[in-house]
Amino acid sequence: MIVGEQKPLGEIKTNVSPYHRLLILGCGTCVKTCFAGGEDEVATLASALRLAFKQEGRIMQITEQTIERQCEDEFIREAAPQVARCDAVLSLACGAGVQMVASRFPGVPVLPGVNTTFLGVLEKQGLFTEKCLGCGSCFVHQFAGVCPLSRCAKKLLNGPCGGSRNGKCEVDPETDCAWQLIIDRAKAAGSLDRLVDYIPPKDWRTSYAGGPRKVFREDYVI
Amino acid sequence: MNISRLQNILSAGQFAVTAEVGPPRGANSEVIKKKALLLQDCVDAINVTDNQTAIVRMSSISACTHLVNLGLEPVMQMVTRDRNRIALQSDIMGAYSLGIRNILCLSGDHQTFGSEPGAANVYDIDSVHLIRTLKVMRDEGMDMSGHDLDVAPKMFIGAAENPFADPFEYRVIRLAKKIQAGVDFIQTQCVFDMERFKKWMKMAYEKGLTEKVHILAGVTPLKSAKMARYMATRVSGITIPDAIIKRMESAHRETAAEEGIRICLEIIQELAGIKGLRGIHIMAIDWEEKVPEIVKAAGLFPRPVIA
Repeated sequence: MIVGEQKPLGEIKTNVSPYHRLLILGCGTCVKTCFAGGEDEVATLASALRLAFKQEGRIMQITEQTIERQCEDEFIREAAPQVARCDAVLSLACGAGVQMVASRFPGVPVLPGVNTTFLGVLEKQGLFTEKCLGCGSCFVHQFAGVCPLSRCAKKLLNGPCGGSRNGKCEVDPETDCAWQLIIDRAKAAGSLDRLVDYIPPKDWRTSYAGGPRKVFREDYVI
Repeated sequence: MNISRLQNILSAGQFAVTAEVGPPRGANSEVIKKKALLLQDCVDAINVTDNQTAIVRMSSISACTHLVNLGLEPVMQMVTRDRNRIALQSDIMGAYSLGIRNILCLSGDHQTFGSEPGAANVYDIDSVHLIRTLKVMRDEGMDMSGHDLDVAPKMFIGAAENPFADPFEYRVIRLAKKIQAGVDFIQTQCVFDMERFKKWMKMAYEKGLTEKVHILAGVTPLKSAKMARYMATRVSGITIPDAIIKRMESAHRETAAEEGIRICLEIIQELAGIKGLRGIHIMAIDWEEKVPEIVKAAGLFPRPVIA
């Protein structure tokens, strides 16, 4: 899923302060799962902002709404009546959702309330970790099922750097060294000898380097 | 193949000695020239670091050029952190045209440790890819795209290895991978943990790898107990046994540096007896002036002259 984190209250407050009637728009899919922008987070943020402005003697009119997904127009349209009554929208979706809402409502300022962080998993309760770079050409099978692009700080394809110590990464001792994981898994599968093979440089065209990407499914066009 | 003095010395079976200098944080070429001239005659080649520890410094390629102009032989360090494959290949061609003949392929220290922690890194290719690129350029006269080069940069290709990093059992596999990619010589991370280094060398020797690549062991003289503790705990990829730290701590403050040199010489002596080891690489951090003394005391002076 897409993992995001809600922006600090102070930053949000500064960004919304030029406005008077704010819609906080939640998203009920990825960011709900990572506790950044679902219904509950919309409610908590709305109360916190109301209180913060009240302490300054200001009234900020805040409306709350959460839709299923902000990355699909079909759901965004449900928010149209509320958007029409506001002078700004604070979107708690990922960056894709924020832009999709903005494009649906030209002329309405749409502000991001969430920092979109990475593609990842719920590793354990309360801990989300990055697992995918979205490179557009998956090759994890060559690395015993562990992606060195997203999980090695240097994106090394041919083995660990000199900073791997006790299974941890030199950049962050709390993070596992991807290559230690790759080697451990290869060993367990009896395929350590395959890690001698030279892995050629990545073709980055399918990744961000090739410019904005599209997936066009002709078979699904109505 | 007659590429560089370092290559000639190693091919002739002589025990090689290299040392390292770091370019300045500024545009003063005198700094690097002065440091390098201190090493003149007592080493076979001088490594010039490439924005080491991710701190912005004068570029390795230009500092190497200053050395070439003085008649000295540099080993240009090149990290894949800051340049993509276009810039790396372009700089290799440029470096060769400027008279640089030895290169050391590295991934580079992560930028978050350096002076620009907010910088984007590149890591378009890794150090093994860089080795392969140099090998294809030299031996097949082509760039990565397969395009023929009018003049191929014929470099003596080096890489680093760190026998002290984990996972230990993969370290020799990684060495084999670098050899397969085309590396000619290896300079290791500094050796303090002799037991572990010997174990790694034994594995490399038994796999026949020491016949395929020239391995130079890294050594670093310790200046003080503080430096020993700092390197042991704060510098990634370095292990220093407690016994060495204790020796540095029990030395008198004024004589700690002498003790550090003594330890360094003992390490060199022990390294010289290791089967398959072909030389040493002295990394005297901000202490280049001590290198001649170390080389002489280790009985490695004068350096051989190979026609």
